[in-house]
Amino acid sequence: MDKFTTLTGIAAPMPLINIDTDMIIPKLFLKTIKRSGLGANLFDEMRFNQDGSEKPEFILNQDAYRKSQIIIAGDNFGCGSSREHAPWAIADFGIRCIISTSFADIFHNNCFKNGILPIRLPKEDVDKLMDDASRGSNATITIDLVNQEIKGPDGGTIKFDVDEFRKECLLEGLDDVGLTLQKEEKIKSFEDSYSASMPWMAR
Amino acid sequence: MGNPRTLFDKIWDNHLVETQDDGTSLIFIDRHMVHEVTSPQAFEGLRMSGRKVRHPELTLAVADHNVPTSDRTNGIVITNEESRVQVEALEANVKEFDVPYFAMDDIRQGVVHIVGPEQGFTLPGATIVCGDSHTATHGAFGSLAFGIGTSEVEHVLATQTLLQKKSKNMEIRVEGALPQGVTAKDLIMAIIGKIGTAGGTGCVVEFTGKAIMDLSMEGRMTVCNMAIEGGARGGLIAVDQKTIDYVRGRPMAPKGATWEAAQAYWSTLQSDEGAVYDETIIITAADLVPYVTWGTSPEDALPITANVPSPSDAPNEGKGVAIERALAYMGLEAGTPLTEIPVTRVFIGSCTNGRIEDLRAAAAVVEGRQVAEGMNAMVVPGSGLVKEIAEEEGLDKIFTAAGLDWREAGCSMCLAMNDDRLAPGERCASTSNRNFEGRQGRDSRTHLVSPEMAAAAAITGRLTDVREFLKEGN
Repeated sequence: MDKFTTLTGIAAPMPLINIDTDMIIPKLFLKTIKRSGLGANLFDEMRFNQDGSEKPEFILNQDAYRKSQIIIAGDNFGCGSSREHAPWAIADFGIRCIISTSFADIFHNNCFKNGILPIRLPKEDVDKLMDDASRGSNATITIDLVNQEIKGPDGGTIKFDVDEFRKECLLEGLDDVGLTLQKEEKIKSFEDSYSASMPWMAR
Repeated sequence: MGNPRTLFDKIWDNHLVETQDDGTSLIFIDRHMVHEVTSPQAFEGLRMSGRKVRHPELTLAVADHNVPTSDRTNGIVITNEESRVQVEALEANVKEFDVPYFAMDDIRQGVVHIVGPEQGFTLPGATIVCGDSHTATHGAFGSLAFGIGTSEVEHVLATQTLLQKKSKNMEIRVEGALPQGVTAKDLIMAIIGKIGTAGGTGCVVEFTGKAIMDLSMEGRMTVCNMAIEGGARGGLIAVDQKTIDYVRGRPMAPKGATWEAAQAYWSTLQSDEGAVYDETIIITAADLVPYVTWGTSPEDALPITANVPSPSDAPNEGKGVAIERALAYMGLEAGTPLTEIPVTRVFIGSCTNGRIEDLRAAAAVVEGRQVAEGMNAMVVPGSGLVKEIAEEEGLDKIFTAAGLDWREAGCSMCLAMNDDRLAPGERCASTSNRNFEGRQGRDSRTHLVSPEMAAAAAITGRLTDVREFLKEGN
């Protein structure tokens, strides 16, 4: 997994609430057996007409936002399905951080597994950043994960929370599976006592 | 005996391998279901790192999302190449990693969340995961069940554990009895309409109260299935005699002395008297009527007796903008009575409402009637076994005589990954779980309803209050 330490980039404002996983990556693109290449279809139905031409009003089709690395989103971003294709598409497009008042749980988890930092902030902070983001490429935002700070274009700073373990994994680009397998002995000893007390769970 | 614990606390404590200082916990997973859409990259990850599946026997794979629902008498052909490759990838992976698999031509094949309970793979008190958000369904058995992403699928395959922070615990208590014509589906839609799609975010929801415990296991599965549409990690319902009776004798359920021991333990799977929830919401069942969604979020649920809302009804600006967008997408005008919305398509099926009880309920409404002119209504059983039971009961004949299309098992038009989909602009009364933009096909328009309401809409060609049919004393 790519490390995430500090990110400075353009932020795209997407104030719509409840942006769901079907909007982020429609089911058509879930048929892939790979993780890569999904960025081309990120927000596909919002971004493109049926003939493949761009919808000019969509934020990421506007010149100032084509290279966005951050999304400032309305409430409850990522609701819906568990598809990890959503964060894969987001990361593949080049977006590494999403800021909202709230995220759907599974999507939120999936982001961390893919080097994307989802940040939850109070509404007034999200509103301020939404405002900043609407100023386009003149308004870059810096995300400093080490110090858990967001620096806006006008020099203001917003602190944010992140789970310690997840922060560590992002900073170091750590692979969860590898970490857990180091706990083999603990898992084995759990399994032994569990199969003794709940034998019906075995198959 | 320590502090009183909720059902969620009990299951959580029972599966805890370790907890780190920041609260991140490693929990053991009893049952892992796998389907073709969210697993190829996970198996690929195992292959790349030279890892094995730790407990293939605790894993069960089935293809459902891409599977065609057309007639299978001459074999199953997936014409879309990407769909076929995805199913073939699953077949190759289960072989390579020795994972139990129900092939497409196996009568046990079906939607993964129908198959698990049907086989007794789903057990009370278990932790159950699947790379699919509707895994919440299995919470109906008093099991902690939730959807995970593909990286987590890989983690479970490799370690049989999952890294989690303990969620909060919400209680949704439904007091009293549901009125006639009001189903589990209406109830959960009413709940989501009330709490919103983010209402349960960060929570496992335990559904309690008389109306919940009065539900059949099928109805409880419908309620838990859509807990995710209210943002909840999972839904949970206490174990009672109905739960145990449902599991007894299923092919993968414990037998003999082990069954006796299991049953004794399962009987303890309720929240203790005095256990504390982080939040409790109370719903009065008697107030409910059949529900439908009008818009593009499951929270856009309203009583069938209501009118399409206006942006000015919104509680805040964000929702107002969303309503305006949804009205345009759905091709609706504010103020229109919901019962005046015409539909030309009906879909009865999915992990929400593709069980035998759902098909019986829909058949009872259409029996002796004819679908509306120009109606294209499909009935897709949740599994091959559901289909078999339905045919034994003659439900297929009732549906086809009424002009509905009787099909093979799969996810089908719930998310339109196979060939079953709406054309742009087509409007469907659907027993599925999501009415998102594009969910049933690009520019498709979905109204979520119960099986009874879907059946009624098929007959009238518009969204219909099924209680009118009941009054006629069918």
